Amino acid sequence: MAKQPAAVIGVGQTHHRAKREDVSMAGLCREAMDRALEDAGLGLDEIDAIVVGKAPDLFEGVMMPELFLAEALGAAGKPLLRVHTAGSVGGSTAIVASSLVQAGVHRKVLTVAFEKQSESNAMWALSVPIPFNMPVHAGAGGYFAPHVRSYIRRSGAPNHIGAIVAAKDRQNALKNPYAHLRNPDTTVESVLASQMLWDPIRYDETCPSSDGACALVIAAEDVASGSPNPAWIHGTVMRSEATSAAERDQVNPQASRDAAAALWKQAGITNPIDEIDAAEIYVPFSWFEPMWLESLGFAEPNGGGWRLTESGETAMDGRLPVNCSGGVLSSNPIGASGMLRFGEAALQVRGAAGEHQVDGARRALGHAYGGGSQFFAMWVVGSEKPSN
Amino acid sequence: MRDVAVVGFAQRQMAQFDGSPTCVELLVPLFADCYEQTGWTRRDIGFWCSGSSDYLAGRSFSFVQAVDAIGVIPPVNESHVEMDLAWAMYEAWIKIQTGEADTALVYAFGKSSAGVLRRTLALQLEPYTMTPLWPDTVSLAGLQARAGIDAGLWDERAMAEVANRSLTDAEKNEYAVRRGGSSVEELLSRPMYADPLRKHDCAPVTDGAAALVIAAEGRAREVCERPAWIRSLSHFVDPMSLGTRDLKRSPSAQRAGAASDLDGVEVAELHAPFSHQELILCSELGLADDVRINPSGGALASNPMFSAGGIRIGEAARQIWSGSADRVLGHATSGPALQQNLVCVMGSEG
Amino acid sequence: MPRTLSAPVTVAFDYTRSTGPVLGRFLSGLRDGVVVGGRTSEGKVVVPPPEFDPVTHAAVDDFVEVADTGTVTSWSWVPEPVKGQPFERPFAFALVTLDGADAPLLHALDVPSPDDVTTGVRVRIRWRAERVGAITDIECFEPAVAEVRGAPATSLEAAAASARSETPEVSRLASLAPQPPAVTGIVVPIELDYLYAASPEESLFYTSLSEGKLVGQRCPTCGKVYIPPRSACPADGTPTAEEVELPDTGTVTTFCIVNVPFLGQRITPPYVSAYVLLDGADIAFLHLILDIAAEEVRMGMRVKAVWKPKDQWGTTIENISHFAPTGEPDADYETYRVHL
Repeated sequence: MAKQPAAVIGVGQTHHRAKREDVSMAGLCREAMDRALEDAGLGLDEIDAIVVGKAPDLFEGVMMPELFLAEALGAAGKPLLRVHTAGSVGGSTAIVASSLVQAGVHRKVLTVAFEKQSESNAMWALSVPIPFNMPVHAGAGGYFAPHVRSYIRRSGAPNHIGAIVAAKDRQNALKNPYAHLRNPDTTVESVLASQMLWDPIRYDETCPSSDGACALVIAAEDVASGSPNPAWIHGTVMRSEATSAAERDQVNPQASRDAAAALWKQAGITNPIDEIDAAEIYVPFSWFEPMWLESLGFAEPNGGGWRLTESGETAMDGRLPVNCSGGVLSSNPIGASGMLRFGEAALQVRGAAGEHQVDGARRALGHAYGGGSQFFAMWVVGSEKPSN
Repeated sequence: MRDVAVVGFAQRQMAQFDGSPTCVELLVPLFADCYEQTGWTRRDIGFWCSGSSDYLAGRSFSFVQAVDAIGVIPPVNESHVEMDLAWAMYEAWIKIQTGEADTALVYAFGKSSAGVLRRTLALQLEPYTMTPLWPDTVSLAGLQARAGIDAGLWDERAMAEVANRSLTDAEKNEYAVRRGGSSVEELLSRPMYADPLRKHDCAPVTDGAAALVIAAEGRAREVCERPAWIRSLSHFVDPMSLGTRDLKRSPSAQRAGAASDLDGVEVAELHAPFSHQELILCSELGLADDVRINPSGGALASNPMFSAGGIRIGEAARQIWSGSADRVLGHATSGPALQQNLVCVMGSEG
Repeated sequence: MPRTLSAPVTVAFDYTRSTGPVLGRFLSGLRDGVVVGGRTSEGKVVVPPPEFDPVTHAAVDDFVEVADTGTVTSWSWVPEPVKGQPFERPFAFALVTLDGADAPLLHALDVPSPDDVTTGVRVRIRWRAERVGAITDIECFEPAVAEVRGAPATSLEAAAASARSETPEVSRLASLAPQPPAVTGIVVPIELDYLYAASPEESLFYTSLSEGKLVGQRCPTCGKVYIPPRSACPADGTPTAEEVELPDTGTVTTFCIVNVPFLGQRITPPYVSAYVLLDGADIAFLHLILDIAAEEVRMGMRVKAVWKPKDQWGTTIENISHFAPTGEPDADYETYRVHL
């Protein structure tokens, strides 16, 4: 049985900041939701189901906050789901929401992902010590830095590649009114001069900790046909593997490769770098751009990624614009970051990305990953209805 | 809609599990049970989904290590909900409806005894004006029980009848952690605990895990002689606020029942962690007096957090597999005082 | 002898919550000794005010002061209070509909026994002497002394006035001091105690460490040696069972230098956090590298465990204080390439 067509007809997000002290958790979610609903031309009462996504509850200190938020989110009297797949959650939540429409169960689904990290401290929540273990764990950066070192070694990458990505994404963020970090002075040189946090990852190559939310309205074919510019969902894939396994490739994980291959196949794409007009890739530490470019099949493994980045082809005017929104490096409310990638991809093909629009973008990739580079969620959206 | 059936079910429960909160060692034999029931291996499973809570374990990403039990080389199509097994099954059912998979194995686990459950669950409330008072689930259930008693909807005798029937039926359930009925009079003679609730009116704190296998159409018929076909699967949520809700009711349960075809249901496994809640659910679902409720003993006999709802679905499915019934219902709840509810109706005909 | 090792873990943080305007208004009221409800589109006065209207979904902005006396609409007894609850001795939780409100508020009720409370009983707020703008500014409810209930139209004002007159500091504040700024945030300390248990396989690993041994387990299906051992081999889900004792020498596969301090950190930066692949193991684990300048550590470096003095050993990987270079030539890249 084939999936029923589904499209994104509304995208909303908050102004992401280190601390959104002006709103409660409900207020943060509603800011994104209300923008998405307005974009979709729908009221909350017209929504059939709500799917909430967020990362560990320890961040906000509330167990299953979607329960207390049910009424504020307009979910009272409706079906409510809560997805949690670590860092990829924003993406997997969007996929679960689209499944509800693709299964023919609901016609209008609202999905919202959020994180209000300022209520605690992200690094604390990620590093609560486990007894008997060696407390060398130093947050997400400390986890990924050794694997970045492995990539540099395997690919022969020069040291400045990470800085190119950071400078690019931060400059792109200046064109995104919602982005958290807005530093016009970020250059390759300034990034290279910033402090080493977890060698080889520098301060300016690191994502911020943000409060923020993203919401999407996903609709069935008949509803979407009434929208002026739906982003049709051409493919969705999730793949998972273990955090650690003997001889597991941490740099180019199997689950990532498998997910990408399955996604391109679903979307009918045989040459990703030519057929994708814009990519929103989950890059929380700048070196992940070249790593994911290789894993996703945009470039050859063990070096093709950093060469593509170095050549400038991932800039907004390049052959494959990556993270025109500024990406995770510019805004990182962890639970929402995946949905922001998915939502920004939708904005691109809807021609609604404003100043950071890639001209004529017709197919875009939204990508998210989580855990120890083990959970992958990605989608392809397009301005035309899929042919299959 | 594709026809999807429950074709496998495994559970493990204990008052106190002494292993890791990630429960991997509990899951390995559960999966083995599922493979034995179906004749499948992990490679026959098209989609995996788990249910659990970080706060129960006391760690962020506590569900991640459980993936080891699946065997994830090659990588798998997998997801996770911070919800009960029943909702993990819902996500899997949706996935099968999209056609992306034909078979799914869903699992859930929870080590309630790792923390103090009555304190942990105080975090499942509104964080500004409720959690700072640390209201515990027993107290909140007690407020609901008293509301019904005051309104004359039920009394302590009706609650004791539920408890006695449950504990008696639990004697035949090898997985129950609390069992042994006596009589309504004897139960009523036991002291009040958290007035208006006695200890036996409250589910025991239980550790455990469970797994369900669901499959579409022909795949289901391949492995099961009498598949438990899912006729409807609906869920809804109510506002949390105890002030604005009518605690004597559960509108989301009523909605889930109304969205299902409950005609001819012979057995209903209802997830009622407190005795009075069974009375509310029977009323909201409009169950006739001759419907057999909780032959497993229900949550009052054993209530492993995050599996207990899915276990009701599994127990109901077993009634079909054994030929004891042709139409059954499994119900799951979440949140304080029956805030969120799911109803799964299964039937024997193909 | 218990099958598994366990140790206590406390997960604690003082959460800083921003309240937004609606809850902020409610909490500002509490700080001032006044209870503020919100009127919904259906005309109901709800305490605490909902942030968004249940019907129109618009932000609630119609605030109404209610009395601090009311009626118990339900209650339950708490015989064994847990840490953090309003009282350490038995008490009741109650739903109280304050005069002027249409929906009840949840809070504690201070009565000596369940015999001292029934649904319908009249109660009043016992205000905390020092209030900060939190739900705990209400210390609890207590039975109200017999009062004269006036005509419905005036009973609200009468009740409210009598409430305010019973809190002299409030009326003095209102008349003398400038209005304090609205409450925009609260701090909620959350501390949960857990007993963490290691799996049987991990327990074997830690127990062996207490004897100075490094023990891994081999998966019967794929033959790989895991250290620490796992309850299921992640490749295929089979429990690893065969014990394999490993030497305490190995190779650094990859590493990072941690420079950044963070809350809860236990090793002072800068330090080298490295994946050490013990000889004979098929998977590396994280440990500390010392006895060499951080910038001189490299991939492929050969290392050996430096154990703490035996009298400091416990069931923990920390029995190994760190790994130090052996001085041997670095391992060939090809020997550890697949572990990256």
